[in-house]
Amino acid sequence: MLKVNKISKFYAKSNKQLKAIDNISLEIPTGDFVSIMGPSGSGKSTLLLVLGGMLTPSQGEVIIDGQSLYELNPEKLSALRLEKLGFIFQTFNLIPYLSALQNVQVPLLLKGMDSKQQIDKASYLLQKVGLSERLHHEPAELSVGQQQRVALARMLANEPSIILADEPTGNLDPVMSEHVMEFLSALNQEGRTVVMVTHDKNVAAHAKRRLTLVNGTIV
Amino acid sequence: MNWNQFVFRELFRRKHKLATSGLAIIFGIAVIVAIITITTYSEEAISKELDALGANVLILPSSVSIADYYSADLQSGELPEEYVTLLTTSNIEGVENLSPKLSFPIDVQGHSVVLTGILPKNEFQSKASWQGAGVFSRPKICGSATDVFNLNQKTPKETLVRKRVIETIEPNEVLVGHDIARKLDWQEGNEIAMLEKPFKIVAVLPQTGTIDDSRIFAHLHTVQDLTNRGEVISAIEVVGCCKQVSNGLIANISKLIPDAKVITISQIVDTQVKTNVLMRNLSLLFLVVITIMGGASIANDMYNNVLERRKEIGTLVALGASPHTIMKIFMKKALVLGVLGGLGGYILGTLIALILGPFIAGISVYPIFYLLFFALGISIFIALVASYFPARYATKLDPSTSLRDI
Repeated sequence: MLKVNKISKFYAKSNKQLKAIDNISLEIPTGDFVSIMGPSGSGKSTLLLVLGGMLTPSQGEVIIDGQSLYELNPEKLSALRLEKLGFIFQTFNLIPYLSALQNVQVPLLLKGMDSKQQIDKASYLLQKVGLSERLHHEPAELSVGQQQRVALARMLANEPSIILADEPTGNLDPVMSEHVMEFLSALNQEGRTVVMVTHDKNVAAHAKRRLTLVNGTIV
Repeated sequence: MNWNQFVFRELFRRKHKLATSGLAIIFGIAVIVAIITITTYSEEAISKELDALGANVLILPSSVSIADYYSADLQSGELPEEYVTLLTTSNIEGVENLSPKLSFPIDVQGHSVVLTGILPKNEFQSKASWQGAGVFSRPKICGSATDVFNLNQKTPKETLVRKRVIETIEPNEVLVGHDIARKLDWQEGNEIAMLEKPFKIVAVLPQTGTIDDSRIFAHLHTVQDLTNRGEVISAIEVVGCCKQVSNGLIANISKLIPDAKVITISQIVDTQVKTNVLMRNLSLLFLVVITIMGGASIANDMYNNVLERRKEIGTLVALGASPHTIMKIFMKKALVLGVLGGLGGYILGTLIALILGPFIAGISVYPIFYLLFFALGISIFIALVASYFPARYATKLDPSTSLRDI
């Protein structure tokens, strides 16, 4: 269960206070698939970062499985992310000097898994996303679609129960977008919670619940 | 994959950055290594030169005035022979060779010659072992001249002119100086008479350009008997280690033998030692400069690296990397830079010393392997200290900003 209690995030700029998100409360039960839509600058990405504990709100709190994120010290918050959360980024955020295999190994390395187990699991995940022929290619040697598939495999490596996706299809063509959404739907059907930010109605249609954010508020 | 491989992948992916990060520290370490290497071999060369020069410290009766360093032992006044035992059994550092002498002029075949009694090395050793301590039992520190006391090493009699010590000399044997041998047409193996006693010439000494060329050398006790002087000597020549000569040796000998006069070729020694001290101080100055410049360079590069990689840092945090892990990644990188800087600095510095040593100091220079550990230690220390704050900065980066502002 992902619970959001009256969170707001303000930014100070030129002596003015800008509201990125304003007094949002939300409950996302385990296994839910929620899409958050809204125009550019509506606070979608800010909300997603707050949900993932990457950004501390000015007010309110986020509770994951009964644990308030703000009661945790940085080390424990990192452990919670490693344990429960999986991020997907619009620009994939692959580490450029690592191969596809090594990129997928990173969460496993963070978990302290030994090299052989890392390689076995990362190879399996890359095979699952159809990249078994590209294990040793660096991101620059992969197509955009292949890069997003590596990012999906990496996200799955630590077997997260909550997936936070920020415009996961933003850089992909319609065919590839459809594949990614089918993949996320399948993960949701396995029981994982998916929270996805998108501006694309067709993509949002894959979610069980659709929320719209305008000026930092859910409407 | 482990964190070391992770760090190496990043480092070697950006080879030009790696090179620029390492260059400042490599050059700095190289200069220090080069100076220390050249200075070390310069000191050894000085020690050898002093050794070749002969004695650099003279112990004389207090009544003697110093008109000529090398003929000072010809003047009136005596020291008891037991001072030799006192010196050889003392713990004074820097005494490489001792040569007690008793000199006085005699007539040989109508020519005035100086007869000098010397004590051979085997008698020193018996005195020292009898006392169970002293200069023979200490590790030697100056290098070149110290082998005189090596019990297993036999030295030819000609070494008397250089090392001021001779291995053995029998009561009926003499060594003759180059000039007197030439003047009287003496050859090795000839028999000569001195003070109505027969002696065998066992060696004609090489020319030295000093008063020794006109001297005849015999066993100290033989000369004492011939002249009825008893157990006395007129001087003790000391080959002192160059550093110790200007660093307490004279004072220590004076303290041990307060009623003797201790003189030294202080100008030569002081000049040489001052040059080396200058070089050492210069290397210390470079150490300070490299610590500041190299450290600043690495810190700057590391800050830039953190800023360039903030998206990557944000991603790692999103994947579950803790601040401790982020710190570890950057400090490991610093460690690798330190090792490469130290290694590169040592190799470059040694090459510089090998090439420039013969030109600027006129000496042959060889690698000094223990300097590798010095170079690595300094380099790693600088790299780790300089990288600490950038690494800490990396752990404090706001991951949300890192992910959004690229």
